[in-house]
Amino acid sequence: MFKKFNSKDDIHSRTNVKSSVQRGLKSKLIEQFPKLDHVIDEIIPKKGQLVVIKCTDRLSLYAMDNEVLFYQQFDDPFVPSLRLVHKFPEYFPSVKVDRGAIKFILSGANIMCPGLTSKGAALPDENFPAGTVVAIFAEGKETALAVGKLTMDTDEIKKVNKGMGIEVGTYLGDGLWSLELE
Amino acid sequence: MAEEGSKSLSVIYCGVCTFPPEYCEFGGTLQKCKDWLKDEHPSVFEQLYSEDALAKAAEGLSLEKQEKIEREIQKLQAKEANRAEKELQKKLASKVVVKRVERSKRKHVIVVSGLEVFGIDPKKLAKTFASKFATGASVTKNVEGKDEIVIQGDVGDEVEEYVSTLLEEKGLDSVKVERTEDKPKKKSQS
Repeated sequence: MFKKFNSKDDIHSRTNVKSSVQRGLKSKLIEQFPKLDHVIDEIIPKKGQLVVIKCTDRLSLYAMDNEVLFYQQFDDPFVPSLRLVHKFPEYFPSVKVDRGAIKFILSGANIMCPGLTSKGAALPDENFPAGTVVAIFAEGKETALAVGKLTMDTDEIKKVNKGMGIEVGTYLGDGLWSLELE
Repeated sequence: MAEEGSKSLSVIYCGVCTFPPEYCEFGGTLQKCKDWLKDEHPSVFEQLYSEDALAKAAEGLSLEKQEKIEREIQKLQAKEANRAEKELQKKLASKVVVKRVERSKRKHVIVVSGLEVFGIDPKKLAKTFASKFATGASVTKNVEGKDEIVIQGDVGDEVEEYVSTLLEEKGLDSVKVERTEDKPKKKSQS
């Protein structure tokens, strides 16, 4: 989604978030990512000023101190930025892809099921339903590579093993990664 | 709260390609990345590129797969190097044009164009000009769709000086700053 994204053309406006809205956001985030409960106050401190940056295609970036934390398109679930996932890797659901898929993900491709079921890859034992936002790790690497949304339940991916499994939202080196907010 | 410290992990990012060091091989600047890592974070360098680390990583892969990966990395690097070269050439070949345009009989404006390639923010630069020369400055788009900075008054000399120093600071001092007038008589200085 952020393959071609630069601050000049795609950003329209930047406004502060009201503290009531900020509170609502925090609770929605905890609802979506239950493990985040422990660290939510570190990510979004009570006194912190959250800003929402509106971009093309109904995309909103939520940032604090000039660093993007989450983004949201339309009213879809929130997606953490890759940098945030690097800082708090265990608090987001994760999957692991095969080494061969790394190259394609880094050029913006989505992830097909075989990349998640082959030898080097790992899917969680419990089922993640379709629509869950997951952090994508790679075989042999410690830090996350991308963040995406499941298009199929993980059980389905294991069973069917065909077609697209994860829609990649943001990946290492994309427009969001290189975005500099003054 | 029971714990004092923060729960966040601090990740090291490569100074050359901005990726975490383990992904440097996909960035196309592996050699430079390795050199940087050796200087800045020797312990991580040891972890990733030492003899045993490489052997362990190569364990699962057959010989031809290893070679394939090697070749791919080389190709990526060559492509990146080419791209960087071309961009640099473009930058050096382009010039900054400082044009003096007549607004009315006694009044002139200075139009500065061709600054886009250098990654300079035209709005910020216009503001700097405005405060520096105590006059109005704005950014407009010209016929070709390129950004231009229009400065009121006949401040061409100062502008040329300022722009040359600005380019020098960025390291692009071989770029020409061309002075022209909007009349048939042209004055070119570099």
